[in-house]
Amino acid sequence: MTQATTEPIVIIRDVHQSFGNVEVLKGVSLEVPKGGVICIIGPSGSGKSTLLRCINGLVPISRGSIRVANFDVHSLRTDQEKIALRKEVSMVFQQYNLFPHKTALENVMMAPVHVLKEGKDEVHTRAVALLKKVGLSAKQDAYPGELSGGQQQRVAIARSLAMRPEVMLFDEVTAALDPETVKEVLNTIQELAQEGMTCILVTHEMRFAREIADEVYFTDGGVIVESGPPAELFDRATKERTRAFLSQIL
Amino acid sequence: MKRSRRRDALPQGTDLPVLLPMAAHLARSAAIERAAGVPMLRLRAAHGMALLVLFAVGCGIAEAQGQPSQPSILTTILKWTPLLLRGFVFNLAISVLAMALGTVAGLFLGFAQISLLPPVKKGAWLATHFFRNAPWLVLLFYCMFLLPFQITVFGVTIPLPDWIKATFGLSLPVMANVSEILRGAVQSIPTTQWESAASLAFTRRQTMWMIILPQCIKRMLPPWMNLYAILTMATVLVSIVGVSEMMTLTRQALSAENRPGLLLAFYSYVLFWFFIYCYPIARWTVRLEARYAVNI
Repeated sequence: MTQATTEPIVIIRDVHQSFGNVEVLKGVSLEVPKGGVICIIGPSGSGKSTLLRCINGLVPISRGSIRVANFDVHSLRTDQEKIALRKEVSMVFQQYNLFPHKTALENVMMAPVHVLKEGKDEVHTRAVALLKKVGLSAKQDAYPGELSGGQQQRVAIARSLAMRPEVMLFDEVTAALDPETVKEVLNTIQELAQEGMTCILVTHEMRFAREIADEVYFTDGGVIVESGPPAELFDRATKERTRAFLSQIL
Repeated sequence: MKRSRRRDALPQGTDLPVLLPMAAHLARSAAIERAAGVPMLRLRAAHGMALLVLFAVGCGIAEAQGQPSQPSILTTILKWTPLLLRGFVFNLAISVLAMALGTVAGLFLGFAQISLLPPVKKGAWLATHFFRNAPWLVLLFYCMFLLPFQITVFGVTIPLPDWIKATFGLSLPVMANVSEILRGAVQSIPTTQWESAASLAFTRRQTMWMIILPQCIKRMLPPWMNLYAILTMATVLVSIVGVSEMMTLTRQALSAENRPGLLLAFYSYVLFWFFIYCYPIARWTVRLEARYAVNI
């Protein structure tokens, strides 16, 4: 668990979002301090993933405000502005979404070279170091199709880290993995959190959430039902809905 | 989670036991035919054998109808072969040229189809579907009769012979089909690729050129080659508008010989030449399909 500093790096206020007539988020507010780790839990369709996509501007919001690392995400209009934001906020997806025509190393190097316009040699050194960090030095020339799910997900994490973001978003990153490989991915995330990376995780791994999070948010039906430090939320939930959800999966 | 796993598994399998043995194959060929917009050629060696049999029967009939004084069928065919092959080379030249023209124009049209600007997109959609659904022969006649026989650019007069106009006419449907192949391939790349590229701060243009298109080329190759084989066979259409390619020359040879019995033998001989050219292309296409289906 990390000790968070006081200054919030992500501030979400009263965020509403709808797809057509379906309101997915109905007024969500939360803050994440720099270096903090928060977990968002809740049933499917409760708007967890949508909230993450709103944070890095992949999905526009209809009302409210999102401020991330000096960017007012809700008022970003042009692609250039969104790109500037995404250099600071990186996202890891449930289905890894690696680029299948590139090797692991090329996947990690691509964005820094072409987006940040950094020198190839420097990026190469960094990418090799990142793959070593996620334990995949031996696989740097393998294509995504030749890697297991857990390995692909770790490459995806390295790929996001190569952008040197301020905030990392994890969208159910272990949901598509088998139980044995879940651990290798969680260990990587835990290491990151210990190094002081600000992390927002959407997860179904309750044990992991309890271990790693400074704050856990339980969402249902587009609102935050209850939040608190993991020990409190998991053991002494006050709301009936939270207890019902936790009793189903713990 | 369960659902997304299912969705991933779908191209490889099905829950219906009766379909299981064929499911992977069917899904693969259906996906390719959807992208190509046309059924794939499935030429087999057996088709070639059938043609040979037809040819042999044709020769037999002609031999039986002929008088003893006339030269044998095979001698007659061999006599005409150099001329017919010259026509066949012309067919191939027209097919290569029309394919090149159509591919270049079709790629532009395809990119216009996936443009974010509504007028460009709509216009390209309209052009694509007009030329894709119009009969090839009608387009050919349009070009033959609407294009001038010569054009003058900066005082230089360039003649437009019939075969150039015909090539142009054939390149129109090719263009429309290539446009659809490109659009289909781009749209067949999962949207998650766009999403993850966006989250890594790639621009739309960078995403297109560095991430989407490199993955598309593999998917476009089999339908593109299939289109070429179809085009090659369609080149005989230009005989109707008077270009002296293989069909025209065959007709002339037949009228010069003036022996009705030769009809079946000559035309199956022509078919056989087309088979010899298109069969390797069809086999290669099938092999590419199978290879890329594993990696996609």
